Amino acid sequence: MPVSLSSSKVIFNALKQCDIRLLSALPETWLVHLLRMADEDPDVTLVRLAKEEEGVGISAGAHFAGVKSGMLMQNHGFLASINGIVSFAHLYKIPLLMLISYRGTFGERDPWQTQGGNVTEALLRGMSIPYSFLDGIDTVEKRIRQAQTLAESSLQPVALLLTRDLMWEE
Amino acid sequence: MLRLDCLRAIYPELEHCLVVTIMGATAAELHSLGHRPNFFYLQHAMGLASSTGLGLSLCLPDQKVVVLDGDGSLLMNLGSLSTMARYRPKNLVHVVFDNESLLSVGGFPTATSTGTDLEGIARAAGIPAVLTVRVVEDFRTAVKRALEGTQLTTIIAKVEAKGPAGYVTDLSLIENRFQFRRYIQSLKEQ
Repeated sequence: MPVSLSSSKVIFNALKQCDIRLLSALPETWLVHLLRMADEDPDVTLVRLAKEEEGVGISAGAHFAGVKSGMLMQNHGFLASINGIVSFAHLYKIPLLMLISYRGTFGERDPWQTQGGNVTEALLRGMSIPYSFLDGIDTVEKRIRQAQTLAESSLQPVALLLTRDLMWEE
Repeated sequence: MLRLDCLRAIYPELEHCLVVTIMGATAAELHSLGHRPNFFYLQHAMGLASSTGLGLSLCLPDQKVVVLDGDGSLLMNLGSLSTMARYRPKNLVHVVFDNESLLSVGGFPTATSTGTDLEGIARAAGIPAVLTVRVVEDFRTAVKRALEGTQLTTIIAKVEAKGPAGYVTDLSLIENRFQFRRYIQSLKEQ
């Protein structure tokens, strides 16, 4: 499977540099290495979800507890989380660091992923969620750090879109 | 059995717990008994009270966490039972007030009114201790035992579909949220 192991390592190390100690996730092809790394790391609690929206509540609980957390999901998982983001994270000013695999864009071969790709950025903009891209290995660490800094200072959700260029090697 | 009587019966036990409630009647009734800084009322995002309790209990294993859930909210996020069961934090007590009704949004009957069995669902999801109670004294005993015990417990409390006249309290959502977090930080400093 040509999911980039080297990029996944850089992302995971960057999350650890930011003192992320809890990750919630739902399995997704591009996230397989990240999930395994989180599972094997004794300093990180991985919470495997049934549906991504649960991750909003779990991250809110972690925030109340003073623990920094992140959410790993596919963009369709972001779509499934929207009510939780609006009526919990936005309503109660909860910082969320959302790492979202950006499926359904240029190069996508799976027909079932394509509609989500069309609406992801429009929804992020419509919800006034600050977002940026993880699209090159040299900028991953800085972008993750900056995203988390903004989430914590603004007390709101921020999104990083994991792109095909970074996550897929073929 | 009235939810308010249940809440009154366990109010003393909640003094040293982190408490997360669902929206509407449950929040308003607990608040009416006397707000405490360790109470967080999730006034929207139906279904996520149990997820919030899971996040809290995993991050604070030495604190007792009580979620005051409802049938309507839990039915919106049944997957939460499987996630809680997967990690089964020993310090989490999950109370579900089942009034078979979406009382706070107009009293529409939920699926528990037509036979859906939340105790059965919770048990089959893998929650290690599950029970249903129908009288206040049993409720109080069940919560007390669960708090003293070391097993993730879901308590289904069958209650009447009755609540307060209004749901808005004088505590702003944001104030509640910051106060709750500050309370938890103060525990760490002790």
